[in-house]
Amino acid sequence: MHRTGALYGQFKTLEQQKDTATLGMWIFLVTEVMFFGGIMLAYTINRHTYFHAFAMGSNTLSLGLGGFNTVVLLASSFTMAMAVWSSQTSRKRLITLFLSLTILLGFVFFGVKYVEYAQKFHHHLVPGKNFDIFYCVNNPTKCEDIDAADMAKEKEELEVAAKADPDLNAHAQLYYSAYFGMTGLHALHMVIGAGLLFWLLKESVAGKFNAEWNNPVDIVGLYWHFVDIVWIYLFPLLYLIDRHK
Amino acid sequence: MQSPLPTFPDQASNFAGNVDALFSFILMTTLFFAVLVTVLIIFAAFKFRRRSEKEVGDDVHGNNALEVGWTLIPTIIAIGIFAWGAAIYVNYRIAPKDTLDIYAVGKQWMWKLQQPNGRKEINELHIPLNRDVKLILGSEDVIHNFYVPAFRVKMDVVPGRYNTMWFRPIKTGKYHFFCSQYCGTNHAVMGGWVTVMDPAEYAAWLSGESGDVNPAAAGERLFTQFACNTCHLANGTGRAPSLNGVFGANVLLADGSTVVADEAYIRESILQPKAKIVAGYQPVMPTFQGLVTEEQILNLTAYIKSLQSQPVPAKGAGIAPSSAGKK
Amino acid sequence: MREQTTGPAPQLPEKHYLNATYGIRSWLLTTDHKRIALLYLASVTFFFFVGGFFAMMIRLHLLTPSGLLLTPDQYNRMFTMHGVAMVFFFLIPSIPAVMGNFLIPLMIGAKDLAFPKINLLSWYVYVVGGMFTLWAMINGGLDTGWTFYTPLSTVYSNSAVAPAVVGVFITGFSSILTGLNFLVTVHTMRAPGMTWFRLPLFVWAHYATSIVMILGTPVIAITLGLAAMERVFGLGFFNPAMGGDPILFQHLFWFYSHPAVYIMILPAMGVISELIPTFARKRLFGYHFVAAASLAIAVIGFLVWTHHMFLTGQSTYAAVAFSFLTFIVAIPSAIKTFNWTATLFGGSISFDTPMLYAFGFLGLFLVGGLTGLFLGALGVDINIHDTYFVVAHFHYIMVGGAVMGYLGGLHFWWPKITGRMYPEWLARIAAFTLFIGFNFTFFPQFILGIMGMPRRYHTYPPEFQIYNVMSTAGASILAIGYLLPMVYLTWAAFYGKVAGDNPWPATGLEWKTQSPPLTENFDVTPVVTWEAYDFHNRPDLGLDVPAGKGSPVVAPAHGDD
Repeated sequence: MHRTGALYGQFKTLEQQKDTATLGMWIFLVTEVMFFGGIMLAYTINRHTYFHAFAMGSNTLSLGLGGFNTVVLLASSFTMAMAVWSSQTSRKRLITLFLSLTILLGFVFFGVKYVEYAQKFHHHLVPGKNFDIFYCVNNPTKCEDIDAADMAKEKEELEVAAKADPDLNAHAQLYYSAYFGMTGLHALHMVIGAGLLFWLLKESVAGKFNAEWNNPVDIVGLYWHFVDIVWIYLFPLLYLIDRHK
Repeated sequence: MQSPLPTFPDQASNFAGNVDALFSFILMTTLFFAVLVTVLIIFAAFKFRRRSEKEVGDDVHGNNALEVGWTLIPTIIAIGIFAWGAAIYVNYRIAPKDTLDIYAVGKQWMWKLQQPNGRKEINELHIPLNRDVKLILGSEDVIHNFYVPAFRVKMDVVPGRYNTMWFRPIKTGKYHFFCSQYCGTNHAVMGGWVTVMDPAEYAAWLSGESGDVNPAAAGERLFTQFACNTCHLANGTGRAPSLNGVFGANVLLADGSTVVADEAYIRESILQPKAKIVAGYQPVMPTFQGLVTEEQILNLTAYIKSLQSQPVPAKGAGIAPSSAGKK
Repeated sequence: MREQTTGPAPQLPEKHYLNATYGIRSWLLTTDHKRIALLYLASVTFFFFVGGFFAMMIRLHLLTPSGLLLTPDQYNRMFTMHGVAMVFFFLIPSIPAVMGNFLIPLMIGAKDLAFPKINLLSWYVYVVGGMFTLWAMINGGLDTGWTFYTPLSTVYSNSAVAPAVVGVFITGFSSILTGLNFLVTVHTMRAPGMTWFRLPLFVWAHYATSIVMILGTPVIAITLGLAAMERVFGLGFFNPAMGGDPILFQHLFWFYSHPAVYIMILPAMGVISELIPTFARKRLFGYHFVAAASLAIAVIGFLVWTHHMFLTGQSTYAAVAFSFLTFIVAIPSAIKTFNWTATLFGGSISFDTPMLYAFGFLGLFLVGGLTGLFLGALGVDINIHDTYFVVAHFHYIMVGGAVMGYLGGLHFWWPKITGRMYPEWLARIAAFTLFIGFNFTFFPQFILGIMGMPRRYHTYPPEFQIYNVMSTAGASILAIGYLLPMVYLTWAAFYGKVAGDNPWPATGLEWKTQSPPLTENFDVTPVVTWEAYDFHNRPDLGLDVPAGKGSPVVAPAHGDD
């Protein structure tokens, strides 16, 4: 199909084109909800069945890092919304600025996530042969990033949990499978989102977006907000429920 | 009986007659509609065949009365069939009291079956005529399914949990049983024979040579080995409720609800003791997940069942008042 | 239409989508929905014959009770790969991705689908998924059953489970993209005057199908994703030895795979809703009810999935509730069947090949649908669950229903797709061969099920042999029935008689443009002023509308000009 200016050949008007693109993105987001829904269901059922192991899993996550990342993502949603507003009001410089900020915040998120993942790796909390929920408690010298008070608390909690669930290690591994599965899938969506943002940035530097033509900013914005909302669900599911109870 | 085109197998259990009756009812009903629609189509195709190249049909949009009619009538019939089917199924899923309990374990690709007195069989099952038989099904590896066509019953055998199925054989003879859930290479040969015997013959067969240990006795040994007996004191003064007479009774839970102490409840209590706490007790029991094998759980269950006839202590049995009073 | 004597013989148009551009690149990089449909046609046909080959091996092997030519492991691979190829790579994409793709824009008067590039992407995704699965089939095979039940698939199987599952996972996204494209297209791309209730029922059926595709497919994607991770990295969600639950896998699997049955049958129903009015020259009886029935099937179809799990030990009450809903989902299909039958009354019925397929569909779908009542009835299901009764039942729906609809549609639209007519008598013979071969193959399997023969058996007790022999004999007839259309349709695409724009004649917008259509579909965007299947107010069709019939506003009272 040939393209005339901003209008692709299969459409009659720009308005029709915009409606179509927006509807398409909304329907895509519906499929994403179902996609994340499957793994969240598996997580919830297991959380119910292996309550102690999953609560223990939550306890080993860093509330500070998770909370910080939540704030970062919310801020990035704000800058994204501002980018959409700037494009709708033809403020070309601001579009570039807000898109850059959004990308920057996205990378801050990745950075924090990297720190978290690396920590889990050092603490032997990555599912597989080396998985050991007792590793830090048994080898405190290898986990110097955990301060003494936290370590004592973790030891106490582990003892209680291990009594209640003799197969604690296997079930904690289920928790971490879900943790890496869900956050990994979320991070993959962020990577795709960041790619789209870079493309938007390139186009916006070329001055392509204005009040007449801003579909891409609009629908990438929808996508970015969605990825943000997924995190808003993941954060309480993984970090907050029954923490230190 | 050796017809060249065989159809239904023998009706050898209490369910067979009813299942076949419902089958025949659905067959007659659907046959009626199938023939009706087919005759209408053939009639219309003949009567309204095109007679000239440029002919068109009538200009009809539809008929709301007809639509309502052919929506409501099938709905009513469908609900009737549903109700009949549900009645059979509910009867099948809820086993009667006082059954002959047989433990069946499926593994790739054989069945191990064990009589209440401990006699074990492989791919063979002997049962007495006219006695309610309950199979308690466990799997050591993948999902299997125990299916006896002549009894018209089957049930999946799922690793990590127990399923039960029951039936009452009403005809002596030898019948096929199959594994009907695909389970790998030799799925098709994972079957054997059910032999239904006269009760006297069965008793003779049962007392025949067998070096197998009675599961309840094995369970009693395990009860000591896992130190269950240190808390579950028979006189009800221990840290955990007495198990005398618990099996089959209603147990009052800490949250005020009651639950029937069946095989699934006992299994759950061994593997996840925290799931249901008996009223008046602390959640102190550790789980035995990963520590006991399927067969050991079966033995423990058999032992707890054997305590059914033991005197129930006045206090500390955890049995709900109404059923305790009945005892 | 064959006796058309007046006027010169029709000629192929000078310019159309097939000769607009040339070369392999012009096909592999095309964004034209019609060309993409043909790419899909070639690929699903390939997988159909792959799956058909496995089916033939299965039937040959089962000639004798001890099995004729395969080892148990080989046999298990055959039926698994038959199922995977047919379900995921033929049935699910067949009608939507081939005919839906080709026809939806034409039927609603659009120049293309809403997202042509995504449409092309969906084909590539399909091909990549297909490659993975083919590689698994060649390199180690697959022996888990197409249902991939855990822990057999994730722990115990010694076959190439991971690449096969990844292949199916990837192909799922092709289905999601197609569904998304259809939904958006139907919402925003309709020509002026093409209101929702003027849409052909083929479009309604695809609309309903697309809803199922976008809501169900992501769930199987994440489920198979987890299963693949479990196989490769040893995660334990579905593995009881690690605390997981194999029944959870079944719930998630059937949450998609039951609705997937409607992905296969709804489009076929859509095709039948086109064929019957066209060849009876009469409006479809109860248009609104048939459209609503499609949506009802799509919605209720999501609420019946545990009827595949009645005997897993699930809660008795859940089973009762799901059995009830299973009977309810049967009602819309019954409504459709009655409406199709009523359409025939007062029509002007011809017996061209597509109509023969429609009759075949009606008969086989009737048997397939009604035997579903046996399986939905809990009491009877205890006996015939997982037996050959189930095998026969779903083949009557999937093959008797979906494939009959697919072939009927292919014959009906072949003149539109290629501009040329298939050989009528050969096609009629093929349709009869298929119908007879099909019944011969699958009817005996109902009786095998009643006798208690379980599914997926490479060897069986001798009392089952007679029906297995019948079934294998029927399968050979069926195989000929499938080869015939493949040969003569291919021949007709190049050498068939030129068909003309509207050979039947039919009322849809797709017949208002040339055959084969232009790349842009229409010279001028059409304006729709008529309802679907209205033969009486369409003087352009050149039919004899009796005096006094038809609206005088659109056509003169004598109806002939």
